[in-house]
Amino acid sequence: MDVLTDNFSDFGEGFLGTVELTVYASLLALALGFVMASFRVAPVGSFRVFGAVWVAVLRNTPLTLLFFAVLLGLPRFGLVLPFKVFAVLALGCYTSAFICEALRSGINTVPKGQGEAARSLGMTFSQTLSAVVLPQAFRSVIPPVGSTLIALAKNSAIAGAFSVTELLGTYKTLSELGYSIIWTFVWIALGYLIITLAISAVFNILEKRWGVAR
Amino acid sequence: MAVDPLIELRDVNKYYGELHVLQDIDLTVGKGEVVVVIGPSGSGKSTLCRTINRLETIQSGRISLDGQPLPEEGKALARLRAEVGMVFQSFNLFAHKTVLQNVSMGQVKVRGRKKDEADQRSRELLERVGLSAHAAKYPAQLSGGQQQRVAIARALAMDPKVMLFDEPTSALDPEMINEVLEVMQQLASDGMTMVVVTHEMGFARSAANRVVFMADGRIVEDRAPEDFFNHPESERAKDFLSKILKH
Repeated sequence: MDVLTDNFSDFGEGFLGTVELTVYASLLALALGFVMASFRVAPVGSFRVFGAVWVAVLRNTPLTLLFFAVLLGLPRFGLVLPFKVFAVLALGCYTSAFICEALRSGINTVPKGQGEAARSLGMTFSQTLSAVVLPQAFRSVIPPVGSTLIALAKNSAIAGAFSVTELLGTYKTLSELGYSIIWTFVWIALGYLIITLAISAVFNILEKRWGVAR
Repeated sequence: MAVDPLIELRDVNKYYGELHVLQDIDLTVGKGEVVVVIGPSGSGKSTLCRTINRLETIQSGRISLDGQPLPEEGKALARLRAEVGMVFQSFNLFAHKTVLQNVSMGQVKVRGRKKDEADQRSRELLERVGLSAHAAKYPAQLSGGQQQRVAIARALAMDPKVMLFDEPTSALDPEMINEVLEVMQQLASDGMTMVVVTHEMGFARSAANRVVFMADGRIVEDRAPEDFFNHPESERAKDFLSKILKH
């Protein structure tokens, strides 16, 4: 118990760091995933190819390797940003590939006639997608998108290895100070649990409100 | 019939892989004309209907609407499609929108009307198809016949120059077919240009100016309904009619 009360500010800082990484990277992943899913079903072939390559590269690269590439690679090309921003970029881009595929599977659950009806009214591709197809796809992708964002929250621990302040990283300081490693990890685990349960709760509410009625 | 062509197809060919589904199709539909397309399953009649607003692409030939050739893709095609109303066999009402929203959506998104103005027009059209009491319901709460009438109202809301009907009553229970046919009859007598793919021979007899008989991807006969039903020329049409009119 002492571990927590003595070092509450360290834990708090780490916890907030993880929350921050999770929120920003989630927003980036959702936005990019949405764009890439649109690309993958676009009528223009080069967009479809771009979307497919994006997913193939990011989904098949180990996240740690991606962190190395972004944090050590990009500065070589003159792009120098705070490590935290790089971490958000790496996490967000990586997760966007999974979001994209979840959205695309949702798009495929919408009957083809819905899109045809929209197009026959004279709606453009983007109107058809945003007003007719995606709102219906959205209902069936709530659970898998929730799982993906929970994975993102846990993946954010890798950022700690690149000296970004986050929850898992607090164990280093504390074990150096001689605290019991077991209790440190218990509190850290509890911190992650709070974040992931919060995400689950949000998605449960979304599913109740918008999910497919049966 | 005065020849003021609204839809023109010239030498249209379409293949699904090896299958030659539309073979050298020539068809002209004049303003105000009601053309009913009939024929056995797999004869290409639905495909023909869907090529007119390019839901199906073609491999060769020309299709023009009101003198303009059909654009390939993009905004220009979308603009042209707004002029062509389409009613599907499976209704295809937007499942996540109410009846009123279904009818208003195209007006707002494509025609740029204000929401109030669009809703007003939608209510008028729902009245016309006899469904004003159902404006706030979702499509799944309606019967098939009611859904199809909403679909007709949705297409009419765009003030189209022509209406395409792709087997509009084929997915309906027998008792619901008439309510849809009545709406279509009314449209025809109001002077709407219509292309109707159907198996309803009664509708073809009473509402059509011309009957187009298709078989194996070709137009076999293209004549006035009385001529066609009473004196079919081709063996293929005689055979088809003898099968469907026997009972």
